[in-house]
Amino acid sequence: MFSRRDFLQLAAAAAAVMPAGGTRALAQQGLSEAELLRFAPLGNITLLHVADIHGQLVPVHFREPSLNIGVGEARGLPPHITGKDFLQRYGIPEKSAAAYALTFEDFEALAKSYGRIGGLDRAATVIKLVRAERGEGNVLFLDGGDTWQGSLGANRSKGQDMVDCMRLLKPDAMTGHWEFTYGEARVKELIKGLGFPFLALNVRDTEWNEPVFEPYKMFDKGGVKIAVLGQAFPYQPVANPRWLIPNWSFGIREDDVRATVEKARKAGAQLVVMLSHNGFDVDRKLASRVSGIDVILTSHTHDALPEAVRVGKTLLIASGSHGKFVSRLDLDARDGEVKDFRYKLIPLFADAIRPDAEMAAAIAKARAPYAGELRREVGRTESLLYRRGSFNGTFDDLICAALIKERDAEIALSPGFRWGASVLPGAAITIEDIHNATAITYPNAYRLTMSGERLKEVLEDVADNLFNPDPYYQQGGDMVRCGGLGYSVDVRKPAGQRISGMTHLKTGKPIEPKKDYAVAGWASVNEGTQGPPIWDVVERYIAGEKVVRIAPNTSVKIAGV
Amino acid sequence: MTLILNRRQALAVGAGAIVVLGGTAGPAFAKNDSDDIIKKFTGNATPQQGRVKLDLPEIAENGNTVPMTISVESPMTAQSHVTDVLVVADGNPRAGVATFHFSPASGAAEANTRIRLATSQNIIAVAKMNDGSFFTASKAVKVTIGGCGG
Repeated sequence: MFSRRDFLQLAAAAAAVMPAGGTRALAQQGLSEAELLRFAPLGNITLLHVADIHGQLVPVHFREPSLNIGVGEARGLPPHITGKDFLQRYGIPEKSAAAYALTFEDFEALAKSYGRIGGLDRAATVIKLVRAERGEGNVLFLDGGDTWQGSLGANRSKGQDMVDCMRLLKPDAMTGHWEFTYGEARVKELIKGLGFPFLALNVRDTEWNEPVFEPYKMFDKGGVKIAVLGQAFPYQPVANPRWLIPNWSFGIREDDVRATVEKARKAGAQLVVMLSHNGFDVDRKLASRVSGIDVILTSHTHDALPEAVRVGKTLLIASGSHGKFVSRLDLDARDGEVKDFRYKLIPLFADAIRPDAEMAAAIAKARAPYAGELRREVGRTESLLYRRGSFNGTFDDLICAALIKERDAEIALSPGFRWGASVLPGAAITIEDIHNATAITYPNAYRLTMSGERLKEVLEDVADNLFNPDPYYQQGGDMVRCGGLGYSVDVRKPAGQRISGMTHLKTGKPIEPKKDYAVAGWASVNEGTQGPPIWDVVERYIAGEKVVRIAPNTSVKIAGV
Repeated sequence: MTLILNRRQALAVGAGAIVVLGGTAGPAFAKNDSDDIIKKFTGNATPQQGRVKLDLPEIAENGNTVPMTISVESPMTAQSHVTDVLVVADGNPRAGVATFHFSPASGAAEANTRIRLATSQNIIAVAKMNDGSFFTASKAVKVTIGGCGG
């Protein structure tokens, strides 16, 4: 496969000049913009895809997961492979640039060698070059959503900074998820100023059951009529606060997907692309049940896969998160089907790819109002701080410790979000870092009492959202993170029976169903939740600690993997 | 004298009564008397799978008002039509949800409404045809506490 060979070459180039322990300068010599972008064009159409940028205008460190559990038919299949298994599956050498971009192996050391990845100015360079090479009339650039949220600037400007910068990239369409957490009025306002369509075939108003957004849009590219269908995150009112979008109803709506594909084909579409925020496993199932979709550009579950996954005649693309990658998919689309394709997941190594000047200026302008605040140092960390993974992340361990101390609680709960950039050991923790892990529109850190019984219900409920063997019943987040609470989980048990051995870590005693515990948490989906914003809680805690050290988390025992 | 049971006593009571499902079992797909209601409706006949379509979300956005559409494939002529459709929910305190009555004059055997679901459970629709045959479909709907997605 082209992508594999490409990655191998990229990896080899880097490996040749950087044996383990090499300097950063040496590592970078093996990574050139030309090498990262090298691609033998194919066919008549190029799709460019970004997804789950999560408010990250500038390059980040982002550690990919060490644990990404798949259940049911997805067990052991990409994207549910990590680390060395991932490297082996895709033929990527250890310690290579590709290994650093795609896995957690040697992350701390490789981060020092290869540096940050991403930045919208680097994405702009890549997108402009591909458009110039292929011709504007042959390129579709699509944004899978989760673009407007995830950073201090995005939250303060209610998505405006991201919209202003993304607009310069002139996407052909987008769909959404966290976008909706700015509330109905703000979403409508931002969409009005986009200059390109916001597509979502699976959102209807609760009163008349009528479509809220354009379900699909037809494009003429490469001499072919292309229908792009939008599929927003199906569980918005369940996973995020419903009160922010009380008049909109979501869902997978498989029948509507099928009907929209048929409608688009009838209207003359020779290529059908679904821009989806379903999450990878949901899209894999959908592709096996709905015919007529040529390409699904997946997102939501933040998977970065260097090869397309084929389900029947449908190609699934997974373009990663946090602005680390731009996907390029060249298609030879003729006679109503894809004859051939070539795919590359392009990692945006910030030291190798030139920043686009126009975008760099726009980013600087967007960040200017908070520049001093963003770089203000709150403390330092001796441990790598990261979030992504099925169960634990050190950043969440830090947040839980902050909640327990600052809110005087016995137990802390932190949501299993998949977004949140990493902070390297030895680095300062800045205000920007804290907000990269906490910037939401419902940030109140609550404190309440919960019975042991209720705590178990919460854990079981979230566990089923991850480990229900039918992807249509999953919501695509990771497990809720716990502080002060240990438990065992058997992922293969049915709903309501996965969690056992709940332990109050402070006393070492079992959690008693009828006993009340003081619980602090954040990101409650309930309206009117009281408490200080979580970023203030975390800032106070880090400032008090001065230096953060996170001990390995051994409080969750996992079975059935 | 108190009425507080210790765990062993509670277990003993539970074992005697059989009906005690662990209070912490959460959204288990529990059963009520839905089977009996279906049997009564079909006169103990076993309905065939097919012809009935039950449109419900996989995960309810609000358990208090879950949109549901049922439709049954039928020409709806005097010779061949749907007469009744029973809908039950096997995890609600009361299993019965609704019974819809149709005639050839209905034109199509389709109905939509909103139903209330106390917990995660299966919704089962059984259609009775004018020739006395029965068809069925079911769908699991999850009712969650919410949050933590993304």
